[in-house]
Amino acid sequence: MSGGFPSPYGGPSPYAAPVPVLRLGDVLLVTLQGDLHDGTAEQLQQDISDTVARSGATGVVIDLSGVEMVDSFLGRVLSDIAAQTSLLAARTVIAGMRPAVAITLVELGLTLPGLRTALSTEDAMRLLGDQGPTLPRPGRTRQESV
Amino acid sequence: MQTAGGVSACLPIHSDLDLVWVRQHVRQAAAQLGFGLVEQTKLVTAASELARNTLIHGGGGQMECAPVAAGGVQGLRLAFSDEGPGIPDLDRALMDGFTSGEGLGMGLGGARRLVHDFKIDSRPGGGTTVTVTTWLSVPPRPREER
Ligand SMILES: Nc1ncnc2c1ncn2[C@@H]1O[C@H](COP(=O)(O)OP(=O)(O)O)[C@@H](O)[C@H]1O
Ligand SMILES: [Mg+2]
Repeated sequence: MSGGFPSPYGGPSPYAAPVPVLRLGDVLLVTLQGDLHDGTAEQLQQDISDTVARSGATGVVIDLSGVEMVDSFLGRVLSDIAAQTSLLAARTVIAGMRPAVAITLVELGLTLPGLRTALSTEDAMRLLGDQGPTLPRPGRTRQESV
Repeated sequence: MQTAGGVSACLPIHSDLDLVWVRQHVRQAAAQLGFGLVEQTKLVTAASELARNTLIHGGGGQMECAPVAAGGVQGLRLAFSDEGPGIPDLDRALMDGFTSGEGLGMGLGGARRLVHDFKIDSRPGGGTTVTVTTWLSVPPRPREER
């Protein structure tokens, strides 16, 4: 997934550096940038659940401020990340979605189930901090419940 | 084939990397014609949905991008065509949530909401062409009456 493939338009290459995943305490900060290749988005989904499972992180913040478009493919990837991390007892918050992207998403008809949104990564971190430990979701924790 | 810096182009759609070039071209063509950020984002998102359909459901094809003018109003027209299996039931395909594959089923109906004019030409076994147009100001719609 690496290597040169220059854009004919001089924009960022879709094969640019792998998506950075930063660990800040109990939270993973994932910064998406530019135009994501479908394969990169799917790889990201895998990487995040692996990292959550390994690190025991309780929250994931996905910074979308550098993303110019969310279509139904990327929307589904984001919802799937939320669903997977929630099975691993972590919450996912989307931060910094651009207004044009948010307006377009509404008209497209995507609801992004399971995803919380915050205006900035700072707000997202605060949101995760305020909510305390993730409550188990009903129906997903049969072995543990009475 | 790919004309960096121009509006008119015919781009192949045979891989998910091609989807990135399609989005980048539509973005810069829309910007060049003077579309604002929200309209650019809507066009790019619609193009991403339709190009992915061409790739996934149509087995590959192409996008033709061209400037158009009607009644003194400028617009951008995108035509996505493939020689795939065609769409047997258009009404069903346009319904939100209908998918014959593994998508969210929001692409076709969503793309229609994101543009001003939307036309599907499809015959079972005879391929599919989806043509969309967005105008720079109020769309000229002589057929539409109150
Ligand atoms: N170019 C095409 N060729 C054949 N079938 C298509 C094409 N585009 C769309 N379809 C059909 O319309 C359905 C709905 O499309 P869409 O709303 O984009 O949903 P999705 O792509 O998520 O399945 C597809 O599942 C497919 O059956
Ligand atoms: Mg689709």
